[in-house]
Amino acid sequence: MDQGESPDIAQEYVAFDDGLALDYGSRLRRLEVAYQTYGQLNGDRSNAILICHALTGDQYVAERHPLTGKPGWWEMVVGAGRPIDTDRFFVVCANVLGGCMGSTGPLSPRDDTDALDPPPWGMDFPAITIRDMVRAQKRLIDHLGIRRLFAVVGGSMGGMQVLEWVATYPDMVFAAVPIACAASHSAQNIAFNEVGRAAIFADPDWMGGRYWEHGRVPAQGLAVARMVAHITYLSERALTRKFGRRTRASQSLSLLDDMFEVESYLRHQGSTFVRRFDAASYLAITRATDHFDLAEEHGGNLAAAFKGARTRFCIVSFSSDWLYPTEDNRAIARALNGVAANVSFVEITSDKGHDAFLLDEPDFHRALAGFLAGCAEHAGLPA
Amino acid sequence: MNVAVDPVRYVAKNMRLDLRLIAEMVEPGTRVLDIGCGDGALIEHLFRTRGCDARGIEIDMAEVTRAIAHGLPVMHGDADNDLAQYPDGAFDYVVLSRTLQAVERPREVLRQMLRIGERAIVSFPNFGHWLVRWQLLWTGRMPMNAVWARPWHETPNIHPCTIRDFFALCDDEGYRVEKWLAVDEDGQRAPRRRFSGLANLFGEQALFQLRKV
Repeated sequence: MDQGESPDIAQEYVAFDDGLALDYGSRLRRLEVAYQTYGQLNGDRSNAILICHALTGDQYVAERHPLTGKPGWWEMVVGAGRPIDTDRFFVVCANVLGGCMGSTGPLSPRDDTDALDPPPWGMDFPAITIRDMVRAQKRLIDHLGIRRLFAVVGGSMGGMQVLEWVATYPDMVFAAVPIACAASHSAQNIAFNEVGRAAIFADPDWMGGRYWEHGRVPAQGLAVARMVAHITYLSERALTRKFGRRTRASQSLSLLDDMFEVESYLRHQGSTFVRRFDAASYLAITRATDHFDLAEEHGGNLAAAFKGARTRFCIVSFSSDWLYPTEDNRAIARALNGVAANVSFVEITSDKGHDAFLLDEPDFHRALAGFLAGCAEHAGLPA
Repeated sequence: MNVAVDPVRYVAKNMRLDLRLIAEMVEPGTRVLDIGCGDGALIEHLFRTRGCDARGIEIDMAEVTRAIAHGLPVMHGDADNDLAQYPDGAFDYVVLSRTLQAVERPREVLRQMLRIGERAIVSFPNFGHWLVRWQLLWTGRMPMNAVWARPWHETPNIHPCTIRDFFALCDDEGYRVEKWLAVDEDGQRAPRRRFSGLANLFGEQALFQLRKV
């Protein structure tokens, strides 16, 4: 496939010319962080909520997406009168380091050459970690003049960032809401990610990772990666309810051309995804999630990651989520108990799988709104 | 879709009366863990009226959701499995209200309570009450009444005990009973504090405050 629209859209971003030191030892000489904000920062800058997006999310939380034209990925949760109420809170969401919606990532020009018009990093983009993503966000938050975030909220990989925020900058986070996540990936999580990566590598348009040199995009591989991942975001019941064994008759008479509705749905998911996402970003970010292990960063003891944290936590899991099951989330809650942290923990009953955190789940939305309202009272935020 | 956030309300009026008695035992400004906190009425009361850092553990997920939606720090869990993780002395009081008879290992739960808390406050229905004794003696069947409301095969109350049983356990374990009282089902104090035998006969509920010697 030829390179289609590239994200040449007007982005809100900030550039840091002193760059960013990375966990694996290398250094980006220049760091750009693209972000969107909603609501108003109050006078003492105490009402900011940072939202951390998931693997394939981006900073367009609560507005029409500039590439796809679709509503923001969390419009049900973020907005005026919503659980994260933009009439009350100043909401910030940054595209993660390694992403492809304006923040420094594999599509950014290399900064390790003196070439006048340097080529993109591509596969030479240095390996990043979840903590690197958080450090990049921290630069943005400092830049915005926010000394303490009222809350950091995120689901899935966003939840990992929430945990890392508290572990790395405990005094900067008053309340933390890690949703449907884990303190490390299971072998099964890594396995599914690897299938996605293998699909990208197997695409002839991958060109050994230099697809951009040839004006190509490994769209087939990336689409298959998305299709596999998408299955892990749903549940068997949700798929059965939505599609069952229904087929969509084709024009031709061949049985082979008949398509189950679930197939057509997955293909659609795959093909729309490649229009807005980059394969090298997908590889860089999935690697970061696979290597994330908050306990290991703290001597093998997850509780140690939160030692001394005065942050108020609300951990939320969903009953049918088999990607980041309730037990993974409960393990985080119990680790927090180990340091007597203030922690709320609830499993929301839902048959929608991991994706439930993005969908209409009234109990989840009530819990999130109530938790934030309670924390606002403890933080002394004006009502 | 708009999500209405309930205003944080004062619920002490509706609070079960034994919770009111428990609240009276708790010093202001202390750290409290309420095991089996339900919708969090006690922890909210302790936060609002006594400035306590009060948190809860609850087994019923619907109650947990309600409590969190109400802005209260409550986690899903239970007395048998979710106390061991806390560090020693994390709380000033650990409360277990009307739940001891329903846990799997009451003795271990009490040990954990007095490990993670300086004091334990425990209330339980008294199986030694005269009506219970009478029903068993007269009908020859498991007692059923307002306190013991479910048939034996349905009840979650797998470890019923009497006030005297509980005193004996405290002796065995070396717990000092700092305060105790017997109460009627409607929460009125029964004036039988000097005579545990009478309390054991006439008290429907018992309330203890314990400390390790």
